[in-house]
Amino acid sequence: MSFYAVQFLTGLASASSLFLVASGLSIIFGVSRVVNFAHGSFYMLGAYIAYSLTLRLGGGAFGFWGAIGLAAVAVGLIGVLMEMALLRRLYRSPELFQLVATFGVVLVVQDLALATWGPDDLLGPRAPGLSGAVSILGHRVPEYDLALIVIGPVVLVILWLLLNRTRWGILVRAATQDPEMAGALGINQKWLLTGVFFLGSLLAGLGGALQLPREPANLLMDMGIIAEAFVVVVIGGMGSIGGAFLAAVVIGELQAFGILIFPEITLVLLFLVMAVVLVIRPWGLLGKPEAIIPKAAARDVGRPFRPLKAAWRWAGLGLLGLLVALPATAGDYALQVASEVLIFTLFAASLHFLMGIGGMISFGHAAYLGFGAYGSALAVHHLGAPMEAALIAAPLLAGMGGLVFGWFCVRLSGVYLAMLTLAFAQIAWSGVFQWYDFTGGDNGLIGIWPAPWAAGAAGYYYLTLMLTVAALWVLKRAVFSPFGFALRAGRDSRLRAEALGIDVRRVQWLAFALSGAAAGLAGGLYAFLKGSVFPTVMAIPVSVDGLVMVLLGGVHTVLGPLIGAVAFTGLKIGIAAETHFWRILLGGLILATVLAFPKGIAGFLKDKLMRPER
Amino acid sequence: MIDRRTFVTALAATAAIVAAVPARASEEPIRIGEMNSYTRLPAFTLPYRNGWELALEEVNAAGGVLDRQIEVISKDDGGEPGTAVTMANDLLAREKVSLIFGTLLSNVGLALADFAKQKQIPFIAAEPLTDTIAWSQGNAYTFRLRPGTYVQAAMLAEEAAKLPAKRWAVVAPNYEYGKSAVEAFKTLLSAKRPDVEWVGEQWPALFKIDAGATVQALARTNPDAIYNVTFGADLIKFVREGKLRGLFEGRQVASILGGEPDWIDPLKDEAPEGWIVTGYPWYALETPEHVKFREAYQKRFNDYPRLGSVVGYAAMKTIAAAITKAGSTEPKAITAALRGLTLDSPLGRITYRAADQQSTMGTFVGRLTVKDGMPRMVDWRYGDGAQYLPSEAEAAKMRPAE
Repeated sequence: MSFYAVQFLTGLASASSLFLVASGLSIIFGVSRVVNFAHGSFYMLGAYIAYSLTLRLGGGAFGFWGAIGLAAVAVGLIGVLMEMALLRRLYRSPELFQLVATFGVVLVVQDLALATWGPDDLLGPRAPGLSGAVSILGHRVPEYDLALIVIGPVVLVILWLLLNRTRWGILVRAATQDPEMAGALGINQKWLLTGVFFLGSLLAGLGGALQLPREPANLLMDMGIIAEAFVVVVIGGMGSIGGAFLAAVVIGELQAFGILIFPEITLVLLFLVMAVVLVIRPWGLLGKPEAIIPKAAARDVGRPFRPLKAAWRWAGLGLLGLLVALPATAGDYALQVASEVLIFTLFAASLHFLMGIGGMISFGHAAYLGFGAYGSALAVHHLGAPMEAALIAAPLLAGMGGLVFGWFCVRLSGVYLAMLTLAFAQIAWSGVFQWYDFTGGDNGLIGIWPAPWAAGAAGYYYLTLMLTVAALWVLKRAVFSPFGFALRAGRDSRLRAEALGIDVRRVQWLAFALSGAAAGLAGGLYAFLKGSVFPTVMAIPVSVDGLVMVLLGGVHTVLGPLIGAVAFTGLKIGIAAETHFWRILLGGLILATVLAFPKGIAGFLKDKLMRPER
Repeated sequence: MIDRRTFVTALAATAAIVAAVPARASEEPIRIGEMNSYTRLPAFTLPYRNGWELALEEVNAAGGVLDRQIEVISKDDGGEPGTAVTMANDLLAREKVSLIFGTLLSNVGLALADFAKQKQIPFIAAEPLTDTIAWSQGNAYTFRLRPGTYVQAAMLAEEAAKLPAKRWAVVAPNYEYGKSAVEAFKTLLSAKRPDVEWVGEQWPALFKIDAGATVQALARTNPDAIYNVTFGADLIKFVREGKLRGLFEGRQVASILGGEPDWIDPLKDEAPEGWIVTGYPWYALETPEHVKFREAYQKRFNDYPRLGSVVGYAAMKTIAAAITKAGSTEPKAITAALRGLTLDSPLGRITYRAADQQSTMGTFVGRLTVKDGMPRMVDWRYGDGAQYLPSEAEAAKMRPAE
């Protein structure tokens, strides 16, 4: 019995540190609707800055706690810098576009942290006066854990008072609930948002700094925490601080007790919990149901898509001609890169079909790329299937994955839907990762090479070009078919669409399957291009890459994702081939691009070039 | 840091110095491809890069091989097998390299090994620990330098068998390396000590250990001894929590790679004393070949060598020796020369066994202690890989038929 009590305390300590990070993310998201990937980077910076400050300020209690506080404030100011220099220029961009900018910040911070603090893990001092352990019920519990157990609720109370008992807090809540009305009442939202970013980033920095006695400052902290923080925010209910605390406690305790029964569960527990919570309570534990028509979505839908004018069709055909002629001039490497770019173009287009046409954001689209890749690889590995058959298996398996996941996802909307796609993707990923006998686990499946007729760089390029163009054509046909119109109707006005007799959920469900199948074909092609498949193909970074491609190109255009995929994939491969400092360069380029084209590249082109056709 | 251009500049500078002495570097340099997870795991890979750079400078200063200089084109795989294959295509198709070496992560190593087989180009997997790369998924073009999981676990199991401990618990990151490191250790220790009982297992996700809960869960099984496979930030968190909660008191711990400065040095004076570890005592290894390497390394980089540095250095020396032996830069000839190649490394003479193309480089096993505020191995000995690897006949049987 005493063991369980102590294990409970351990879970509470983990919950406290998780809560600090998640509360900051929740506040930022609640008010600004920015999905802030850089939050994990701020957490990491908090730990690093606190480490450097403890060296300067000396080892006493004053030095230690002073360093923690100063680090938190410093990170808060970095958050302000990001908001003022970057995000402020992007609030009028399409929904989620700011995500691309924060992703650029993540890349830049990774290289800057490596350059500033070096590659080694940096172990900070223990907290003075709290460096030992006390005996509770015959077990030793670290004093610092007890301090964390106190700090979490204290921060919760302070935040509650700040948001409920101060004028600033009332304004923030007003802006959360109805930004337009708050603006109409003369509230200067600019500075309100800046203040929110200061507070949110400060909490991230505080969370990172407080980890110092438990964990060395290291370069993997940013990616390690960000997914967890999002999960806590979503389980708790978006924008609900109390919910975030409750969710952190649930996660912390499930983690602490889960490993006693099933130690391997650590990989996926978080996402299993989130999936279950979202299916049962679609808006999180303490969240409020979203308005039926989210204001942000209704605002930036833009003009309906129209088929391209004749001149543009000729331009498209010309481009296709150039692509067909490419092997005459390009070398093997260029053709392999071109094949990869084509594959990611199809991947981005499939994601865009869901996001742009269907209005359903997917944070876990890599799952379908992975299903396709594994569909092909498993067919080759276990059934000895030839390449041609394996390439048929890819979209089939991924399409089925889309049907299964989609069935649950279409019951939600907005960011909750997005997070459920992420949860499913992670569950699928961990299944592939742990099922050693069938999928090869994280050592993957190798020896997935194309048939002899397509083994050369040019042969495989033509195969990729043919299948990609065919699949893109099918997607385009779907957009302008009755099915596509029904889907767009459901996106723009669910109520009206349903009044017209459209079964919106069913249409959305089928969209999941079609989009999944298209991504799956891309996955199958990817497997044969690389000759091997690993679980990384369906991991979070690939989903993020897909989002960046679609958003960078422009979500409210048909060609946007294609342009975004070509730009992003091409740049990434091109830069990474030339320098080990590719992250800061790629990140910098992304930042420059979003500032130059705040509506996406295609959105910009559309405004500039197509205006006369209006 | 070192991209291709700076590298060529550095090379030109080296060439200028060399030109002043024998003046023979007139021919085109021999092009070698290199790849590692420089951005994903810099703590291990940057010292590794220093290692091969040092060896490269030595080789080129001595006139290169076959009277030609060696040029290395280095890429970052970002820790992604897919990226690694793209980069390998670049190295092969655009840079026209004769050979590829490097990689740390097992899945990246396996992806490149299969790539090497498909393209019939020699690949020296410098650092991946997975033994599948040498055995169950081995191929004729892939050579592995560092001792794999099996050898490391075998050396630890040998020491662990001498302990009185009967109840063992294990903690390992939940992925292939963790699984196979546990499996090898369990099999080998149980074979030597049938009375050993396995009482608990913890499998935290890689780099996401919930250290307090894991330590508690391990303590609950009340083991006599613990076998640890965690490394990096996980290891540091595990050690801190374990010490605070008294997990290690009165218990023996065997920790794979726990004596490698790459992973243990961040703990400084908090390193856990008394642990049985495999590692690299660079401070105490006084063989002439190692002293020469250590001094050159410290002079060149103003830092001490990590295990990664030794591996990088030995990899580049392997390449020079193989090309010299082959007398050509043809991939086929280099592959043939690598089979059975013998050379001197900072850790002594090593051979790439013809049967499984695994080098006989060994590792050190000893006990951890803290001296002058840094972790140090004491009572260590070097275990030659040749003595711990399965025999060549057995190894050949584990490999797929060619």
